Amino acid sequence: MASETRQPDDKPETGFDRPSSVLGGVPSYTSVDTQISDIVLHRPVKRGWLFGLVISFTFVMILLYAITYLLIKGVGIWGINVPVAWGFAIANFVWWVGIGHAGTLISAVLLLLKQKWRTSINRFAEAMTLFAVACAGLFPLIHLGRPWDFYWLIPYPNTMSLWPQFRSPLVWDFFAVSTYLTVSVLFWFLGMVPDLRAVYNQARTPWKKFIFGILSLGWRGDAVHWKYYNSAYYLLAALATPLVVSVHSIVSLDFAVAIVPGWHSTIFPPYFVAGAILSGFAMVLTLAIPLRRFYHLESLVTMRHLENCAKVILVTSSIVGYGYCEEALMAWYSGDPYEKYMYINRILGNYGFAFWLLIFCNVLVSQSLWWRKARLNIGWLFALSLIVQLGMWTERVVIVVQSLHRDFMPSAWHMYSPTIWDWATLTGTIGLFFALFFLFIRVLPMISISEVQELSKEQEEETGIGPNATTSGRSRKEEKP
Amino acid sequence: MSVTDSAPQPEPDTDLETLRARLAATQGPAFWRGLEDLAQTPAFQEAARREFPRLGSVLAEAKQIGAGKTKAQEVSRRAFLTVMGASLALAGLSGCATQQPQEKIVPYIDPPNDSEPGKPLFYATALNLGGCGLGILVTSREGRPIKIEGNPTHPSSLGATDAIAQASLLSLYDPDRSQAVIHRGVPSTWDDFLNAATAQMQAEQATGGAGLRFLSGGILSPTLAEQRQALLAQYPNARWCSYEPIGRENMQAGAQMAFGADVNTVYHFEKADVIVALDGDFLLTLPGHVRYAADFGRRRSVRKAKVDLNRLYVAESSPTITGAMAEHRLAVRPGEIEEIARALMTTLRNGGVSGSFSATSATQSWIATLAGDLQAHRGRSVVVVGETQPPIVHALAHSLNGMLGNVGQTVTYTPPLEAVVEGQAQSLPQLVADMQSGQAQTLVMLDCNPVYASPADLNFAASLPKVAFTVHLSEYEDETANLTQWHLPQSHFLEAWGDTRAHDGTITLQQPLIAPLYATHTPYELLSILAGKLDRSNHDILRDRWKQVYQATGASVDDFDLFWRTILNDGVVANTALPVFPATLLPAFAGSPPEAARAQTSQPSDPQALDLVFTPDPTIWDGRFANNGWLQELPKPLTKLTWDNAACISPRTAQDRGFTDGEVVILRYRGRRVEAPILILPGQPEGVVSISLGYGRTRGGNVGVGAGFNAYALRTSDAPWFGTGLRLEKTDKRVSLAITHSHHTMEGRDIVRAATITTFQHNPGFVHDHQNDPERPESLYPEYHYPEYAWALSIDLTKCIGCNACVTACQSENNIAVVGKEEVLRGREMHWIRIDRYYEGKNMDKPNGTYFMPVACMMCEHAPCELVCPPGATLHNRDGLNQMVYNRCIGTRYCSNNCPYKVRRFNFFQYADLSPLKQLMRNPEVTVRSRGVMEKCSYCVQRIENAKITADKEKRLVHDGEITTACAQACPTNAIVFGNLADKNSLVSQLKREPHDYSLLSELNTRPRTTYLGKVSNPVENSGA
Amino acid sequence: MKEALYGYLASFEQPEDLLQAAREAHKRGHRRMQAYSPFPVEGLAEAVGFRFNLLPWLVLGGGLTGGAGGYFMQYYSCVISYRDNIGGRPLNSIPSFLPITFEVTVLAAALTAFCCVFLLSGLPRLYHPVFNAPAFARETQDRFLLCIEAADPIFEARDTWRFLNGLTAQEVVEVHA
Repeated sequence: MASETRQPDDKPETGFDRPSSVLGGVPSYTSVDTQISDIVLHRPVKRGWLFGLVISFTFVMILLYAITYLLIKGVGIWGINVPVAWGFAIANFVWWVGIGHAGTLISAVLLLLKQKWRTSINRFAEAMTLFAVACAGLFPLIHLGRPWDFYWLIPYPNTMSLWPQFRSPLVWDFFAVSTYLTVSVLFWFLGMVPDLRAVYNQARTPWKKFIFGILSLGWRGDAVHWKYYNSAYYLLAALATPLVVSVHSIVSLDFAVAIVPGWHSTIFPPYFVAGAILSGFAMVLTLAIPLRRFYHLESLVTMRHLENCAKVILVTSSIVGYGYCEEALMAWYSGDPYEKYMYINRILGNYGFAFWLLIFCNVLVSQSLWWRKARLNIGWLFALSLIVQLGMWTERVVIVVQSLHRDFMPSAWHMYSPTIWDWATLTGTIGLFFALFFLFIRVLPMISISEVQELSKEQEEETGIGPNATTSGRSRKEEKP
Repeated sequence: MSVTDSAPQPEPDTDLETLRARLAATQGPAFWRGLEDLAQTPAFQEAARREFPRLGSVLAEAKQIGAGKTKAQEVSRRAFLTVMGASLALAGLSGCATQQPQEKIVPYIDPPNDSEPGKPLFYATALNLGGCGLGILVTSREGRPIKIEGNPTHPSSLGATDAIAQASLLSLYDPDRSQAVIHRGVPSTWDDFLNAATAQMQAEQATGGAGLRFLSGGILSPTLAEQRQALLAQYPNARWCSYEPIGRENMQAGAQMAFGADVNTVYHFEKADVIVALDGDFLLTLPGHVRYAADFGRRRSVRKAKVDLNRLYVAESSPTITGAMAEHRLAVRPGEIEEIARALMTTLRNGGVSGSFSATSATQSWIATLAGDLQAHRGRSVVVVGETQPPIVHALAHSLNGMLGNVGQTVTYTPPLEAVVEGQAQSLPQLVADMQSGQAQTLVMLDCNPVYASPADLNFAASLPKVAFTVHLSEYEDETANLTQWHLPQSHFLEAWGDTRAHDGTITLQQPLIAPLYATHTPYELLSILAGKLDRSNHDILRDRWKQVYQATGASVDDFDLFWRTILNDGVVANTALPVFPATLLPAFAGSPPEAARAQTSQPSDPQALDLVFTPDPTIWDGRFANNGWLQELPKPLTKLTWDNAACISPRTAQDRGFTDGEVVILRYRGRRVEAPILILPGQPEGVVSISLGYGRTRGGNVGVGAGFNAYALRTSDAPWFGTGLRLEKTDKRVSLAITHSHHTMEGRDIVRAATITTFQHNPGFVHDHQNDPERPESLYPEYHYPEYAWALSIDLTKCIGCNACVTACQSENNIAVVGKEEVLRGREMHWIRIDRYYEGKNMDKPNGTYFMPVACMMCEHAPCELVCPPGATLHNRDGLNQMVYNRCIGTRYCSNNCPYKVRRFNFFQYADLSPLKQLMRNPEVTVRSRGVMEKCSYCVQRIENAKITADKEKRLVHDGEITTACAQACPTNAIVFGNLADKNSLVSQLKREPHDYSLLSELNTRPRTTYLGKVSNPVENSGA
Repeated sequence: MKEALYGYLASFEQPEDLLQAAREAHKRGHRRMQAYSPFPVEGLAEAVGFRFNLLPWLVLGGGLTGGAGGYFMQYYSCVISYRDNIGGRPLNSIPSFLPITFEVTVLAAALTAFCCVFLLSGLPRLYHPVFNAPAFARETQDRFLLCIEAADPIFEARDTWRFLNGLTAQEVVEVHA
């Protein structure tokens, strides 16, 4: 089917004559539809996909084992102690939530900014968001001393008519993350309904017909549906945009509200959000690059997308770098002995190596993206995306652990060292994330069909050429005598 | 389990008449499990015995978390099953454990007949500790002793206790305690022992006891002393030997040297303006140290109205808390102390240092300053020497005190407390010789563990099997029990009758709080058995003896009951303090003292060789408390080390030889070797290695076995306390030392705020002359008002001696769990109150100051922890207490992160030991915390609420001083004061009005309810020392 | 046996054609008709007579209610239900209550939007007569369809049929209910 597509080049990795174009060539409506829905419907299970799924599923098993052991023994199996009562768990939480930002950012903010290039990557970016937030949400629950009582954070009617303590940032967290998750799901599903209908139409077997029929809610593409659909979609985008900013701001308040030196800082919200977007877009690259390769979506996910992601990474990593400098400045300028000690200790202390690692990964490496050559080098982008992931994770760990391990009372100072279980949980959630993603690309349209169709229409209006322009009923009528 | 078991049983028969008779006759608990129980058939006794012996090990295996021997994660299925079995067995035990003893014992305040359930009773008794008795009041709940406090009327206590006294409660409920008679390693019965013993004693009778030998610790009990006399009269050729690992041989010999007679020295620090301690740790190890600490503390009060400060000079060979309190501290090699004493004497005599004395300039000026000070305070000074110094130094001290006219003022002499007066130093070697030669046929060891604790050169263990008949009475199946034929389980002092003497000789009656948990008996009963009186119970022995004493005073027997009642009630027998002993110095010491051989004190020829010093362990003493989890986990005052002992060396020495903390070295000393981990200790004299006794146990309980190394292996009878010629050899091994507070300095933060007295007089508010410390920072938030009660704590850093009594008292009062070494290593210790230790000054070898700071929950008015708790599990109550609602806590640990003082503790695992025995010990008013819950100091809210209820019933407010917290109550120096801020006249309010009152980290504006009084010291200004 | 006629369905290949057709139909007075397209076509809804979009106002209402409710919940729990002294903060700690207020606002608004888009467009509806038209299977691919219902006020079989065929429709089919 893809033959109908006019592609400027067959070897996407190499020299791009038109990297500026959003779509590599203008596909016909049909080709878009079939090309995407075929991955879901007709494409046989490939060994590569199976392999990936099995690997990541193994890690899911490790995660389950780690959590079971945790529930049996208690959080003591981790390296945490007093003063470092939060360890990997919270760092991972912050990291995952951060990754979860890119999806909504791409689909919402860029939608409002009328960034056309978003269309072909927003669907799986949103999925990525959901899975990342799911992984993130796991940690605040299992890090509790008594996880089975987590629901005490929810304001629900109970016999004692007890309430959560609404001044606690952790309660804010709970609301922020759960709201973010809900809205993202709604946004994601709403955007997918027309495509589900499309897949339904393509589906042959009764089962698939049944499932996708149900999921698509009987969508008919009626003009009025589209009307409501659009306004709702844009409204959700408008709502999701402040949400994206608020979520990580509130997560950052977990630290900023506390009085711990190294946490108690007003720069945290913006600086966390920037960091979140950084890691988020890095994750988009980590996923997009292999995807377009294995599923031959080079025409849909083009170099333009990758380059734009690279640009976002460059900007946000610079913001994060600014954040580091600002922290140093405040440590010095505030004259607060504890802040000062904390920052010097952060650079030169027991965990100094981690600090330099994150400076390297988050700030220095991404500066290479000032050069277009680097932005167009797929291999480099992929490597860089992984480096940034590592860097951002390290940053979270440093903020959580290093700040706590030496605060006000020297008598209470103590080192923190993670145990095997800390690592198992971390790698386990990574496995969970990818397992979910592997399943997603097989069972749901990973790229928005209707939006790409719309886009291709607009493009052929701009360019005047396109597969759909040929057989215009009107022109045919003209020929009639 | 009652004393009747030891009575010889007639032939078993179940004819009902006899049964009824026996049931009527029995003095023991009138419980019987069926006819054959009453019948006491051997079959049944066998069964009963098989049921209980060795329960300890099984149980202890179960409480691995508590014992900390292995990680909590590793409770094997087998262990689990055995525990379930054991629990069932013990459920029965705990049932019969909650009964009162049959004999009449008398509560401190209420007579027992009006005891109501849920209402605690207090009984006065005493425990023997470090060479004298300490009077205590024991809180009893439904017949279970659950808390130990000091007895205000007891001279050695004055209402205070120390850490060991507090922790001795845990030993009572120790499942590892010896629970059955063991004969050659096989469980046996008291009856079998009786038969064997009777036969053996008859044999000895023939020879007048020529082969009969006794070995005991120092005997403080007058009754036991009389029994001893009687026995020796009965067996004229028998020999009684006495050995205490931490005894008073040197003091005794010193007294002999100076006075020609043994005396017991009683110090009166409250009268002393200048105190000189030569290796004399009178705040923690000297007999009577609790009282001495109190007297010392009374003279350490700095108030705006009145300043009353003594001055302390300490020359010591290994750092102690006494040294930490000193204005002028001198760290010297142990041998130099004698020189210093002599130099001091000559200086005082002819106002100039004797030429023969070669010392560093620091030492010179220290002596010069001191001499001047002593001259200025004749009769108001005191020179104290510790047991670790040789007799000559004690003699010199006596002579100095005499010269300074302190005798009768700050120092008084009484006849010795202990009954055994003949040369103890020689008696043990003599005994071993007899054992070797086979002269000793029968050896009876009372409450001692010579195989473990006797000097290594005597090789007691090897000679023990040579004795035909050996008996060992002890609370634990220890190293000695392992090698004796008959091991007899001994009762804990809370299960036993007895009497003992305070540091000034005052006698206290010991009364049991609970019937023995196991088939245990006391030394009194054993001696009575050996004397052939088989049927006398512990109670009878004591009561009869005191009846005689009473009659001897000429009083009529009819009043005896009243008398008996009174002495039990008061916890002291009035005017039994020993009379002043007219000790006159022998001419040798009245004049200038004889020159001593300087062999030992001269610098060692081998530059590599170091001095070795043995010290009593500040927590487990000589090893007898090695199986006590509270004491094992109690951070040692200066090193903050738990669960271990170590070879302490000075930073300089470590630097020179390239040693680091935890590095295992081989200590080679006089042909013996032992491996020990290095611990670098600021203030340790250079070239001196101190090791503490009591560790490296191989038997005697799962808690103690395997912890630390055995210092006794290097200890020889000729140099029991120190000697030179020690060499250290590197190994490639390391051990991780569980140190709770590894950071030495304050990083220049205003945590402990100290000044000299002159500074204070010029600027009383010196504590506030620090950067970013506003008196009371502004706040945006509205004030909350507390009209009735606003509880608060004031801690006087000038008075705190860092003795740890408060820590253990809190642990006992609040059911605080023991977590074990592994968990302490991870920084998860649970103490609600900790004592921070900071050093001041650039030179870590000679810190200018050592500061102790007790830190518990500050009860902040603007509590950062409350703000961040998601379920609202921690919040303020009406009285402004920052309270922790365990049931509501879900364990986010956010509060701990946000607590700047880091006083919150988290149950990372199920730390609380739920075994039946430990349940008996719990304070029923304090929740036992489960896994996953945060906990912290509550200002002993249970006590507060009790007092409020009483007050409400009487329609009044709680008076000042009506209640106090466990820490404050235990504190010997009254450094901790608890009270109501709302009451402007309360003591705590007054203290908080003091100019040098400050709150910790006040710049954070947390507004703590707990505040500190800055530390004020009283050095001789412009002194070099 | 033939079912009742639901309407005529004209399929076009180009959105413009569909738009044109819709406009003309509307001009002729047809009211009960729907236009179907694989992707939104600008102005198509208005062409088939869509006038007022209620959705944004519902979302606004939802958001405001949610916000008010969110703040009240916190106020009630801290000031009315449990007047606890938490870290010496005032009972009504306004700044601390704002984050949750905001989140609840957004949540409520989003839920309203999501629910209303389906309610207003009468979904979910798993059966619809137009599904019977075979052409409709390509509706999500490349077909642009216009359906005039038989229930239309001025629907008249032959006339409407002719009209539709007169347009640029590729084909016109009957749709049976």
